[in-house]
Amino acid sequence: MRPPRIVLAKPGLDGHDRGIKVIAMALRDAGAEVIYLGLRRSVAEIVRAADDDDADVIGISVLSGAHLELAADLLRERDARGLAEVPVVLGGTIPTADAEALRALGVAAVYPVGADLFEVVQGVLAIAARTHEVA
Amino acid sequence: MSAEAPGPVTTDSGLPVEAVYTAADVADDLEGRLGLPGEPPFTRGPYPSMYRGQPWTMRQFAGFGSPEETNARYRFLLERGQTALSVAFDLPTQLGYDSGAAQAHAEVGRVGVAIDTADDMADLFDGLDLGGVSVNFTINATAPIILATYLVAAERQGVGYERLAGTLQNDILKEFLARKTYIFPPEPSMRLSCDVIEFATEHLPRFNPISITGYHAREAGCDAVQELALTMASAIAYSDALLARGMDFDGFAPRLSFHFATTLDLFEEVAKLRAARRMWFRIATERFGAKDPRSGRLRFFSGNSGTTLTAQQPLNNIVRSTLQCLGAVLGGAQSIHVMGYDEAFEIPSEEAVTLSLRTQQIIALESGVARTVDPLAGSYFVERLTDDIESAAGATLAELEAAGGAVIAIERGVPQRWIAESAYRTEREIAQGVRPKVGVNVYVDDAGAEALTPERFHLDAGIVERQIARTAGRVAARDPRAHAEAIAALDAAVREGANVMPPLIDAARAVATVGEMSDVFRATFGEFREPNPW
Repeated sequence: MRPPRIVLAKPGLDGHDRGIKVIAMALRDAGAEVIYLGLRRSVAEIVRAADDDDADVIGISVLSGAHLELAADLLRERDARGLAEVPVVLGGTIPTADAEALRALGVAAVYPVGADLFEVVQGVLAIAARTHEVA
Repeated sequence: MSAEAPGPVTTDSGLPVEAVYTAADVADDLEGRLGLPGEPPFTRGPYPSMYRGQPWTMRQFAGFGSPEETNARYRFLLERGQTALSVAFDLPTQLGYDSGAAQAHAEVGRVGVAIDTADDMADLFDGLDLGGVSVNFTINATAPIILATYLVAAERQGVGYERLAGTLQNDILKEFLARKTYIFPPEPSMRLSCDVIEFATEHLPRFNPISITGYHAREAGCDAVQELALTMASAIAYSDALLARGMDFDGFAPRLSFHFATTLDLFEEVAKLRAARRMWFRIATERFGAKDPRSGRLRFFSGNSGTTLTAQQPLNNIVRSTLQCLGAVLGGAQSIHVMGYDEAFEIPSEEAVTLSLRTQQIIALESGVARTVDPLAGSYFVERLTDDIESAAGATLAELEAAGGAVIAIERGVPQRWIAESAYRTEREIAQGVRPKVGVNVYVDDAGAEALTPERFHLDAGIVERQIARTAGRVAARDPRAHAEAIAALDAAVREGANVMPPLIDAARAVATVGEMSDVFRATFGEFREPNPW
């Protein structure tokens, strides 16, 4: 069985990449295959990469406050491309009320600033494992 | 807490810390390494009387929404005793997109103010005398463009360039390193930074055209030693580039300013700031042959660290920020920003920024630490740590030089890897409980967390539409011929390698937008994409 495959990217214009790089390294150390697309990626580029690489999870990071709009855009693009089964997880500067709104939109998990590193890794791997089973 | 055997006691950067220090720990000729405040090698401070003459500049970084909202925040801060302004720009402005551009979607006015034209800049400072207030601009890839709009705003107030005081961040190297709002590849980006410095050296005698910055690399994950080494490597790279234009070191070096982080390891931070002054003096004199002592006199802005603040138990952040501000004062900062305690959630609320300002005022007026200059001088521990951090940063600087200097090392991603690995190490240590973080891995208290959540900052949704409409109106009303000529002249200057500042000022006068001017640069320089770190 292949390792879980996770596409990580930063949509929008925000350049804060400390967190997503830490998560990328931690997921890799936990045995996942991580495809990090880098900064300022359009939602179309992110979904295309998830499709091409047969990703089990898409993870994005937003620290500019634009998380609600960008998550909605990404989910719309993902569904339009027929990848509704690939869950999206999101980390960043996320107020509590917005975390609930993001989950209501269809984001599978939200990791605000302050989330425990190992809990994030275990959470993302568990979500990836579920996608992989279904596929 | 960890069950592992305790390791050696070290500073946050891994420098050894002994239980007790004595005179034997301080190498000979301490007086020679210190000098007096305001005298070479400036270890004790850039000015003789420091805060006895005047306190540091209290400069809270602020900006959001459109120029009107930010103007109101500036008035709010000045009324409460802030002594200078510091402009935060939104991401589209930082990345050269107008508010109406597709790329600007969802980002307009969010992390700073939206500036599309010189009219916006004029509105931003409406009723604030640009001849009287010092203004700091956190802007880099579009720094020459923003400076041009600011100069036009000053012209409209009738304020001559020679009266303008403030600082333009304009340090593009650290954008590639850590902050990541680069647009163009490193080489043309360096040219633009140097164009600004060259122009300012001639026309803006009271203005710092660059703030050479280790702050962002530190926030992105590196340690204090690496922060110092990277800052010095960048200062050397800019100096080399300006010298290659035929400029005189003593002509531009007194206008170089610096920006460091001040985080929580109080004595290490103070030692770092003192060591920074001594390092730069040595580099300026020994490497660049400075004759004017002002060329080696390092002045800096201190930003408190946002990454040390926590979403858990947010009121604890007030204590953390107070300690960081104290470190900056004991380290001899010229200006200071204190983080809002709600930084881990969003743009600071008015309550939080007021508290940050009050933190500075209490330290300045009530604590007594500003009564004498460099109060920690002569402390066995602090002097030893100052020596140790200088020599450790010197070794790291030598590594960067061996890798080809800052520009080449950054192009190859060398320091970017240090930063990412160091951030990962820190986060692992916090998650494992090896590095204590109150409220996160020790003294965790979930009860009442909601009650401690600060009041949320709200951005009016109509602001974006109004900003886009206003810019469209101004573009429609401008003289199309004057605009076309100005854009063509800018394009010619870019292609011919002439200094871009004069044609940018003309273009700003002709109501060219930030996006249009950036597009002229994009057409010739192209855009940069960071190589994958792994």
